[in-house]
Amino acid sequence: MISSGEASFEEINQIYQSRIDEINPTINAYITDTISSALDSETNQSNDKMPLAGIPYAVKDIFCTDGIQTTCGSKMLEDFIPPYDATVVKKLKDSGVNLLGKTNMDEFAMGSSNETSFFGEVKNPWDILRTPGGSSGGSAAAVSAGIAPIALGTDTGGSIRQPAAFTGITGLKPTYGRCSRYGMIAFASSLDQAGLLSITAEDAAIFLELMAGFDPNDSTSSPEEVPKYSKFINDNLSGKTVGLPKEFFDGSLEAKYQDLISECIKVYENMGVSFKEISLPNIKYSVPTYYVVAPAECSSNLARYDGIRFGHRSDRTDNLDEFYKSNRQEGFGQEVKRRIITGTYVLSAGYYDAYYLKAQKVRQLINNDFLEAFNDVDAIMGPTTQTSAFKLGEKIDDPVSMYMNDIYTISSNLSGLPAISHPIGFADNLPFGMQIISPHFQEHQLLNFTHKYQLETDWHLQQPEMINEVKK
Amino acid sequence: MNWETVIGLEIHVQLSTKSKIFSGASAVYGSEQNTNTSLVDLGYPGVLPVLNKEAVMMAIKFGLAIEASIAERSIFARKNYFYPDLPKGYQISQYELPIVSEGSLTIRLDDGTDKRIGVTRAHLEEDAGKSIHDMFDNETAIDLNRAGTPLLEIVSEPELSSAKEASLYMQKMHQLVRYLKISDGNMQEGSFRCDANVSLRPDGEKKLGTRAEIKNINSFRFIENAINYEIERQKELLEEGKEVIQETRLYDADRDETRSMRSKEEANDYRYFPDPDLLPISIDSSLIETITSSLPEKLEEKLERYTNQLSIKEEDAYEITRNIDLIDYFEESLETYNRNPQLLANFLLTEIMAITNKANIQINDLDITPQSLAQLIERLDDGTISSKIAKDILNQLKDGNFSVDDLIEDQGLQQITDEDQIKSVVLEVINEHQEQKNQYLSGKEQVLGFLIGKVMQKTKGKANPKLVNDLMKQELSK
Repeated sequence: MISSGEASFEEINQIYQSRIDEINPTINAYITDTISSALDSETNQSNDKMPLAGIPYAVKDIFCTDGIQTTCGSKMLEDFIPPYDATVVKKLKDSGVNLLGKTNMDEFAMGSSNETSFFGEVKNPWDILRTPGGSSGGSAAAVSAGIAPIALGTDTGGSIRQPAAFTGITGLKPTYGRCSRYGMIAFASSLDQAGLLSITAEDAAIFLELMAGFDPNDSTSSPEEVPKYSKFINDNLSGKTVGLPKEFFDGSLEAKYQDLISECIKVYENMGVSFKEISLPNIKYSVPTYYVVAPAECSSNLARYDGIRFGHRSDRTDNLDEFYKSNRQEGFGQEVKRRIITGTYVLSAGYYDAYYLKAQKVRQLINNDFLEAFNDVDAIMGPTTQTSAFKLGEKIDDPVSMYMNDIYTISSNLSGLPAISHPIGFADNLPFGMQIISPHFQEHQLLNFTHKYQLETDWHLQQPEMINEVKK
Repeated sequence: MNWETVIGLEIHVQLSTKSKIFSGASAVYGSEQNTNTSLVDLGYPGVLPVLNKEAVMMAIKFGLAIEASIAERSIFARKNYFYPDLPKGYQISQYELPIVSEGSLTIRLDDGTDKRIGVTRAHLEEDAGKSIHDMFDNETAIDLNRAGTPLLEIVSEPELSSAKEASLYMQKMHQLVRYLKISDGNMQEGSFRCDANVSLRPDGEKKLGTRAEIKNINSFRFIENAINYEIERQKELLEEGKEVIQETRLYDADRDETRSMRSKEEANDYRYFPDPDLLPISIDSSLIETITSSLPEKLEEKLERYTNQLSIKEEDAYEITRNIDLIDYFEESLETYNRNPQLLANFLLTEIMAITNKANIQINDLDITPQSLAQLIERLDDGTISSKIAKDILNQLKDGNFSVDDLIEDQGLQQITDEDQIKSVVLEVINEHQEQKNQYLSGKEQVLGFLIGKVMQKTKGKANPKLVNDLMKQELSK
């Protein structure tokens, strides 16, 4: 629109500014709004030649942004202003994007409902009494409510796909190592991956092309070449085989959701995709495995928040030990503390072998299940979540039931596989999503499936009523 | 009861890489506080470590030099503990699968016998920053310049049996890392420091006694003193029937004693686990071949070569090869003149060492270049000058950059080898000392030296001593 002259950079920004002003106070999707500073920015106006010149986007507040407050949803980093850009942010900036703001999230990305944020819970635009999911809930709600066309998120156990499913949008978690983790505040280093929340798979493809790739600052980023994702999205799906893991269809899914899944499968079948049942026998261990590995890594990653060099500093400075304790006691929320304690425990002398080492072995078994399955099928499909968005407050006091939310999504993090969630309809006026999992570095296939589906359906184009109310 | 001392050493060597082990910041010592720090060293949110390959190469070099095995695959682990000068709340180190394991180092004991000390492992890790307690009142300052400096931690087997052996091992290791040019070995700056694990057991007992660990010893003298103190302390406890407590102790050089720092109960549970931010280090055989071919001659081989090929006395060859600076100096001299290595060694070990000892300087700081020494030896060897003159010239050389040949020429120091010329001086001396001549002839041979000395005096030391000696004997007997 900008390059064709249909709309100027300022006009687009003003539209978003007024939408954010109207909608954000209700849903609390943004922690920091950066539009006003972008409006004054000369640099943004001189980049017409860049591939994404002037395209607005939002960034989860876990990505460091040079000179812009980056809180990670925590009191600990309430006033933290990074002196550098995360690699993915830098790459997109160099492509000309225009940052609308930093989105709300569960504290340090630990949570599945966005209720653990120090900056308040995010509301689901489809029903403000419900959660948008988490931890990338702010990014999902912003895209769903039309106050960002696309947003960056991170996914450690389902933090992109589950909120995408709950808010009726598309959420892509790329292969582990596909995008640099440099500048992405670490939660669980072996699981964290940057990804996108968008309306369409096509938008995600365009952005992923620009943000993926090897980064010399991240030794775990992959040197594998980045394909032109947007070129693959129109490929013919005919002849593709998709596996349906019987462990995902064990009868526990409510009929209203099962019906949506069946409808979705029919759409794909009409495009020539065939389905077969497969088994991932070790996948039942995903959740417990995850809740050993992730807290273990988190307990170490979050040790740097000691208040010595940055972050929350307590007034209690009697002695060093007290100082540390008060800084962390006051700076971290409940869920973060729970995970630090769990992680510290599983790494302790005498418990390491029984927990951490065992979990790593199980992780390998889960990975082997997938690799074996991919000998027979091109991709795997199943529900992204067990239910649609639940009510705010419903699970926050019951960590185990909250953790079970990620039962379908966690396994792809454990095995580093790329996965996407796309909307497939509504149950009781709430969106529901289908998850597709591909072999490593086959993001183009996920985007291809989703794009073809989105050409046949319009679930992804449905908008929550609150947008229309605001428009009036 | 007789007690056997068992000592194992952990030596921390700062590797002399240009940049830090996991960041691009400079690893140079002595910069203004907190200026050699990148976001990685500061442990900022979101940053990630990237391994410095130079540090890996140096570790491999070390491993090959001690004939250790180099791990094809080795991994970094996080060692978790809180301390203000540890920015991330964990130190990146190696735990399982260290890069170097099962090597050895041979030390020469005072009685001349060699003892092989096993090296259990050597692993790469990052150094922590420094806490400075004496800069501000009641406050501690943190300098993170040192944070992230690459360290090689070298762990010995508990095979050292005295403070002296420990010191010899530490010295040999110090020489080795400097010889390999992987560390400057500067002990004042903390580039080379040592922890000693000391325990006692009754003679003949197989089981190890409870050990105490003495931390951060940074001199060869301190290590002997600290261990000797510790041995006495433990012996006293054991002989009183008390127990040695497993603990960490600090050596106080001013008081010459070790003091308890923390007991085992207070020790941290470091919760080691593989660092997910770093890929395993894979080392293939071609890399090892490349590094092997770039290794300098082994010190043991050098010793053998000096004795066998250069025909230097074993004890002299050993003296040179146990000191890296001497090796460099000696070999540079040899490049200029290699016809008489033993003569060169003699001068190096006596005259040159005397000069450096007297001035209390290192050989590297000496004004006499190896080339000058070599020229001097050449002139001595070819008979141009006498050894007395050679010593005089050496003393002139140390005060300025002169050419040996110019000095000889300008001061007319050439040795007198003309028989007739010497003979006339000899006859002159005999004439003047008839009494001594008679003493000599009556069997008192000691006076020969006196008479020769007179000849040397008259010739200002330039007469060829052997000729003087021969002619003197000949003329006296006439």
